[in-house]
Amino acid sequence: MKRGESLPRPAMPFLGFARLLRRHAFAIAPEQITSFMQAVTLLGPRSMSDIREAALATLAPSPDRRGEFEAHFRAYFYGDAKPSIAGEEDDETRVKDDRGTREEENQVARQKKGGELSSALEQLSSRDFQRDADGLGRFRRRLASALPARRSFRTARTRSRGTLDLRRSLSEIVSADGDIPSPLLRRHQNVPRKLLLLIDVSGSMKLHTSDYLNLAHAAVQGAGRAEVFTFGTRLTRITSALRVRDREQALARAAALVDDWDGGTRMGPTLLAFLSVPRFSAFARGACVVILSDGLERGDHAELEIAMRRLSARAFRLSLATPLAGDPRFRPATSALRAILPLLDDLVDGSSIGSLTAFILSLARPAPAADSIWKRVS
Amino acid sequence: MTRADAVEVAASPEAIAERLAASRYLADDSLATAIFLAIRLGKPLLLEGAPGVGKTEAAKAVAQLLGRELVRLQCYEGIDAGHALYEWNYQRQLLAIRHAGEHEIDIYDDRFLIARPLLQVLRAPEQRVLLVDEIDRSDHEFEALLLEFLSDFQISIPERGTIRAGLQPIVILTSNRTRELAEALRRRCVYHWIGYPNAQREAAIIMLRASDVAEATARAVANAVQEIRARPLAKPPGIAEAVEWANAATILEKGGSPWPEAFRRAVGVLIKDEEDLSAIAPELGRIVEEALGR
Repeated sequence: MKRGESLPRPAMPFLGFARLLRRHAFAIAPEQITSFMQAVTLLGPRSMSDIREAALATLAPSPDRRGEFEAHFRAYFYGDAKPSIAGEEDDETRVKDDRGTREEENQVARQKKGGELSSALEQLSSRDFQRDADGLGRFRRRLASALPARRSFRTARTRSRGTLDLRRSLSEIVSADGDIPSPLLRRHQNVPRKLLLLIDVSGSMKLHTSDYLNLAHAAVQGAGRAEVFTFGTRLTRITSALRVRDREQALARAAALVDDWDGGTRMGPTLLAFLSVPRFSAFARGACVVILSDGLERGDHAELEIAMRRLSARAFRLSLATPLAGDPRFRPATSALRAILPLLDDLVDGSSIGSLTAFILSLARPAPAADSIWKRVS
Repeated sequence: MTRADAVEVAASPEAIAERLAASRYLADDSLATAIFLAIRLGKPLLLEGAPGVGKTEAAKAVAQLLGRELVRLQCYEGIDAGHALYEWNYQRQLLAIRHAGEHEIDIYDDRFLIARPLLQVLRAPEQRVLLVDEIDRSDHEFEALLLEFLSDFQISIPERGTIRAGLQPIVILTSNRTRELAEALRRRCVYHWIGYPNAQREAAIIMLRASDVAEATARAVANAVQEIRARPLAKPPGIAEAVEWANAATILEKGGSPWPEAFRRAVGVLIKDEEDLSAIAPELGRIVEEALGR
């Protein structure tokens, strides 16, 4: 199948369909197209639904994009009108992954809120970053070793303290002709825990979001397993945008992903949305969860409390860093903060990069619960 | 069962569905098609779906339909080659060296090799079906190792050389989708997403799985469970839970509680989350009444 022409004419539509999907950012490998055609042949095809089943099984669209896939299928094979993949406007909090999901929709959103978004973009990209002026380089280098560790199931070689490594000892014995040299040891490894950053990008946090994104970029670069989400009225995963090494480029990509800059906050519902996606909530399990937000929840805070309870049950350590705590007169006085305070491990100052990096680097050290600290103060 | 037999069993998706039903598993058309394609194309089958929709059961049914033994590899974080491929029996090797004395001995003989699931399947692909369960629980390193196995169906043992499968083994992978799998893995597999069945199919599954349950009960349970799943719960009940619920309610009813009451009392086997329970409790009576009335 080197050239399109050598392919028999009846097979052309299948190739065309795969190409159409590729144009819409579905990842489809050449071998998948081959097995798609093989599958169609195997099945008959006796009907259109055979072709559809074959496409589903071999091209493997991810379940989130199933609707989009079906729309393309109908449009291509039945000649329906162009698929209009409009987002269902519902009350539920939108969750956006950064894998090209809802791509069309982003375009629309971007055009709609062009002014707002581009100013945010500009603000991010026009900032002049001097190398390590804010101590983030140091933070990045130290992060991996500063995160709390857990005992892994895997073992590593060691010189002292450990159990006998029979496999290596035996090969040593064999190579030494049956002599038994000193036995070799192995021990369970310690691996750093995951770090999960949840960044509030609502209007009330406007002054701090760009600092937080810088910090998040350093964290993703420095820690082996870090995930970053932003939340305002929606939830957006920006981790893979931040994996780009160049900071400016990474931040510009992240800024383009987020649709809800400087809007309102629906902290409770967005955190619940985060927890309802199994893939995401699995990431919180046993992780250090740091929420960067002022904790100003409009209206009822019952949902926020439920979300925090679930998060704290999953997380190794749940911390809230609020810029308001930079003020020495700050007390957790709002009813929302008072309600979630017993669930938090830490409630710390998040007003500057310096205080935040110092806090994150100290996550491995035990600290008294937030509740007891703030009770003493007030 | 040889390759030809497997092809014969998998004559068409309908034949597969029929045979699966005979081994007490009800598959819908697209699952039957996916199984058919996996067998005929010689590719692994990747099943994804929420917990409790019958992914592992599907693998068991496929093994039964082919008349092969199911070899299960349960994944977890930190699983490595020693647990999945092979391991040497070091104690026996050491003893053998002692025993041998001056004689020559091959300590990399078959009797010192402990075959783990992947190697077991590779050695007798015509007798076994491999189930790699909950692949999303393992880490990326293991996924990469598995990728190598799935593309060439061979294992290299440094002391012994490469072991190849005589014919392509049938492999089924399941995932709860707690994390995104590598694209490379999805690409190599025939993919199927198992969703929750509709009420009618679910009632049929309950009847098949729990033989003591009356038909009316099964239908009521299926309707009620559909209704409950439509609500925003932390852990929506799977098919397994629905079957358990029907069973438990039947037992309670035989023990003397009247119908709607038996359902309410048995709800602990359906919903296993305190918050979900308290969210659903006020409405449960109405849901059950409606499901029974329909």
